[in-house]
Amino acid sequence: MNVRVILLALWLPCMAAAQGFAGLGSSSDGYALPAPGYNFQFPADHGPHPDFRIEWWYVTANMTGPDGTDYGLQWTLFRSAIAPGTGSGCETPQLWMGHAAVTTPTDHHVTERLARGGIGQAGVTADPFEAWIDDWQLVGDVGHLRMTATGPDFAYDVTLTANGPLVFHGDRGYSVKSEAGQASYYYSQPFYDLTGTLTLPEGDVTVTGHAWLDREWSSQPLTADQTGWDWFSLSFDDGAKLMGYRLRSADGSAYSVGTWINADGTTDSLNPDEFRAEPGATHTVAGHTVPVEWRVRVPSRGLDVTVAAINRDAWMATSVPYWEGSVTISGSAKGRGYLEMTGYE
Amino acid sequence: MIRTVWSALWSQWRRNPLQLFTLMAGLALATALWSGVQAINAEARASYDVAAATLGEGQFAQILPSEGGAIAQETYVKLRRAGWLVSPVVEGRLAGVRVVGLDPLTAPGGLGPVRFAQGADIIPFLSGRGQVFGGAEALDALKGQTEADLILSPDVAPGTVLTDIGVAQRLLDMPGQITRLIVARTQPLGRPDLATVAPGLTLRPPQGGSDIGRLTDSFHLNLTAFGLLSFAVGIFIVNGAIGLAFEQRRPMVRTLRALGMPLGQLMGLIAVELVGLALLAGIVGVALGYLIAAALLPDVSATLRGLYGAEVSGTLHLRPVWWLSGLAISVGGTLAAGAGAMWSLWTMPLLSSAQPRAWAMRSGQAAAVQGALAVGLLAVALGLALTGDGLVAGFALLACLLIGAALLLPIVLRLVLAGAERLAKGPLAQWFWADTRQQVPGLSLALMALLLAMAANVGVSTMVSSFRLTFVGFLDQRLSSELYVTTDSAEQAAALVAWVTPRVDAVLPIQSSQITLAGRPTDLYGARDQATYRDNWKFLDAAADPWDQVAAGAGILVNEQLARRSSLSIGQTVDVAGQSFVIVGVYGDYGNPIGQAIITETVFHDLFPQITAQRFGLRLPPADVPALTRALTDDFGLPAANIINQAGIKAFSLGVFDRTFTVTTALNILTLSVAGFAILMSLLTLAGMRVPQLAPVWALGLTRAELGRLELVRAVLLAILTAVCAIPLGLGLAWVLLAIVNVAAFGWRLPMYLFPWDYARLVLFALVAAGLAALWPARRLARTPPTDLLKVFANER
Repeated sequence: MNVRVILLALWLPCMAAAQGFAGLGSSSDGYALPAPGYNFQFPADHGPHPDFRIEWWYVTANMTGPDGTDYGLQWTLFRSAIAPGTGSGCETPQLWMGHAAVTTPTDHHVTERLARGGIGQAGVTADPFEAWIDDWQLVGDVGHLRMTATGPDFAYDVTLTANGPLVFHGDRGYSVKSEAGQASYYYSQPFYDLTGTLTLPEGDVTVTGHAWLDREWSSQPLTADQTGWDWFSLSFDDGAKLMGYRLRSADGSAYSVGTWINADGTTDSLNPDEFRAEPGATHTVAGHTVPVEWRVRVPSRGLDVTVAAINRDAWMATSVPYWEGSVTISGSAKGRGYLEMTGYE
Repeated sequence: MIRTVWSALWSQWRRNPLQLFTLMAGLALATALWSGVQAINAEARASYDVAAATLGEGQFAQILPSEGGAIAQETYVKLRRAGWLVSPVVEGRLAGVRVVGLDPLTAPGGLGPVRFAQGADIIPFLSGRGQVFGGAEALDALKGQTEADLILSPDVAPGTVLTDIGVAQRLLDMPGQITRLIVARTQPLGRPDLATVAPGLTLRPPQGGSDIGRLTDSFHLNLTAFGLLSFAVGIFIVNGAIGLAFEQRRPMVRTLRALGMPLGQLMGLIAVELVGLALLAGIVGVALGYLIAAALLPDVSATLRGLYGAEVSGTLHLRPVWWLSGLAISVGGTLAAGAGAMWSLWTMPLLSSAQPRAWAMRSGQAAAVQGALAVGLLAVALGLALTGDGLVAGFALLACLLIGAALLLPIVLRLVLAGAERLAKGPLAQWFWADTRQQVPGLSLALMALLLAMAANVGVSTMVSSFRLTFVGFLDQRLSSELYVTTDSAEQAAALVAWVTPRVDAVLPIQSSQITLAGRPTDLYGARDQATYRDNWKFLDAAADPWDQVAAGAGILVNEQLARRSSLSIGQTVDVAGQSFVIVGVYGDYGNPIGQAIITETVFHDLFPQITAQRFGLRLPPADVPALTRALTDDFGLPAANIINQAGIKAFSLGVFDRTFTVTTALNILTLSVAGFAILMSLLTLAGMRVPQLAPVWALGLTRAELGRLELVRAVLLAILTAVCAIPLGLGLAWVLLAIVNVAAFGWRLPMYLFPWDYARLVLFALVAAGLAALWPARRLARTPPTDLLKVFANER
């Protein structure tokens, strides 16, 4: 064992075992808590909220190469405060974790970065907007971003252009996570067009496609007995989109929430029973058995689709491991999307 | 039947408890010395490994500032933001403890087999007061120095504490500074060059093993050689004891076989018996070895710390590898020692009678084989001395020389004794010489042990004393200034020079830069042209006027290590920072692991304008030193810690040096004691067998007291002869250590000095040891009841 693994082991997953996934279920003493009726202010709210325990800038993208091959891409920056506030220099309590991945039908490239805040190695500024960790960047205007990441065997450099409005989940951005009232602030920009280049071991690939940015921050989004979640971002060929997730509890029950996003950017929150996701075929990757096919239904919209992984091996072997990869949609509607599944030990 | 055989075998030992004791004690002592040394080595190596792994030395490439000093934290962030996966390390000393700050978030995997036993949690490690992990001693030293929680973690390298970089920067007063960067093994695609991101930094590739480990290798090799030597001495004893026992067992073996015991089974049982005894003695030996190691380890760790700055834990751990190897070598040694004896039993004809010949009376043929082997080994040694290169060849040469000489000893002794016999007048003298010659085979193993022990003593003490003499001369040369002062900044340095110049005879700035010279890391110094250097420096090899040529700007002086490793010699040209210099002198530089070179101050400033001297040597009359020291602190305001008195450094250096060889001295005494024990045991076992030989002499009129005295004289005489052989052998050993092993290990050759008084004292010691060993057998002989002597005639076989 080495220092880092031990320290990390003590950081997130151990807490995950004891207190819900990734420490998200630990108590929120001293941290700010989300409240309904929050008035989002931009560009300030694109930036960090250090008084909250956890926050992320989460981009996923479905892309196509010149030969029609499907590619998936992930760029994530997590902020995790080990104490509220900013502090200075090395003594800041703000820690950062970056995950980047490219999924092809046959390969899954993934890499991770960790950094402390306060010294400039990682951080987010709202105006001008830049989110970075090491050499990875998400920079520009939130309507028009350049996004880069590098790993030992892959890299990408893509441009995102928004052609729709920001979308607020739950009650105008106040997203409830459990019946006990755990919540987060949650908004998205699901309308990015993407162009750029993937650098893969086989060579550079020019890609075009669509990307989805999720912004979420909270101090205690899960209850202690919630062990993980299955999160879907689905884009249908008719321009409508669906964000839905299912928070699993240790007793086997689940709490499901979703947002139906119309092609014009207007939204309808789905009630806990309206979004239904049922696991289908499973696949074992890196010793973890995860459902890689799902039946997703929104009866009120007449939606009944099968969501299937493009690459079943899209396991994120990072310090907090999870499954995240691109999916195809078939059934009553067609399209592509992203699936994230956490807490499958 | 098997039980009968067991009881027959056991009866041998019951009848000869002394023999059993000799066997067991010899084996236990040999194992003890060997495993004691191994325990020390294993402990030290484990300490280096922990230290190296903790600090990322060896296994990772590192980035260091090219010109010394620290790396700015901004530079670290700049590298990270350019895609370089590097992790910062902040390192420094506080209260004598090495404080290492690391960043757990970026430290590459595999950094440190350090298990934080308790309290390990990223949150307190990174926030609040912080946490400091270390061993008990290191934490004790830091008490009161930090608010951070001190957490006991025995797995952290001794003398070191680990903490977060933020805490380390605060503790060491290094805000925003980083000592070095560890480069992760895998790096992302598309990373720019180091020089374009952060000029002024040097990438050092992984070293493959720790620096400290390599530095101390030769020290451990020396210890290992000592351990092997001790084991060899012990095995001589064991071989003697087993040989004697088997010789006495011949009639028993014949009887057992005649009773129908298959030879194979009998040999198997004997082998089992030997292995059993070896295991028993091995356990005792390992326990003794543990005691030896525990007693010596504090000195060894003091030595390693003093010489190499290597921290070795002062407490010993019982490592399975170590005690298992101790038992293995005990069993292996016994089987090797018993192989010859077992072979002769195996080949003994079934019905051959148990011949009453004296044990180990070698046939002429055996002596010839032994002589040929000895000459062969010595020839190999000569060949290695002439052509060999490197540490392995050096130690092979040592082994060949010592074993060859040991094998040759009985032959030489017999030749000398035969010569003396021819010169002797009178029957008593002739009998004495002839009888002594006849004793040589029986005593030869003990005498070989004595030879080896004395030779090792002469060799090692010559090496150590030569080293010390050279070292003292070297200190005088190097520490020629009376005071050494260090300033904290360039401004303070300028102020100091202005203040102190009128008060002293000369101010000698000490300024250096780390460069690569002839492909090797080298400290380049810029020296002021001053009489101090001209008067004090001695060269191993130099052009006619080295200092004039250096002062003229074109000359460079290099140390011996650099000259040897890069094959540089006087008159050759080398490049420094794009400028050519002619080598005009090679000087001795003992104790320095890396290259060193000197050019004149003016040229140094042209090449490295950014470096200003912050250390200075001050020349002044010794009587004025205390007054100036006071003035420097009281009037100029220099902290006392920045002023070093030359006499103080010398005393410290010599103190370190003398402690270094405490271990050697202790091992020397132990080896000699083992040899003395071997003589005692051989004489005691011989004594019983000698009665039939002495009885006729007694019957011819010599009193028992006279016989006893003659026994004593004989032992001392043989010891004298052995000592006479041991001194040249020891000098040869010293030469190999100084001229071959040392050059290979450290890169410098030490001049060899002779210390006749030390040798005389050693001879005297050996004689006293031999005399004491012979005293008891001689007294026993003098008191042998006349009836025992008469019985020889009554029971004549």
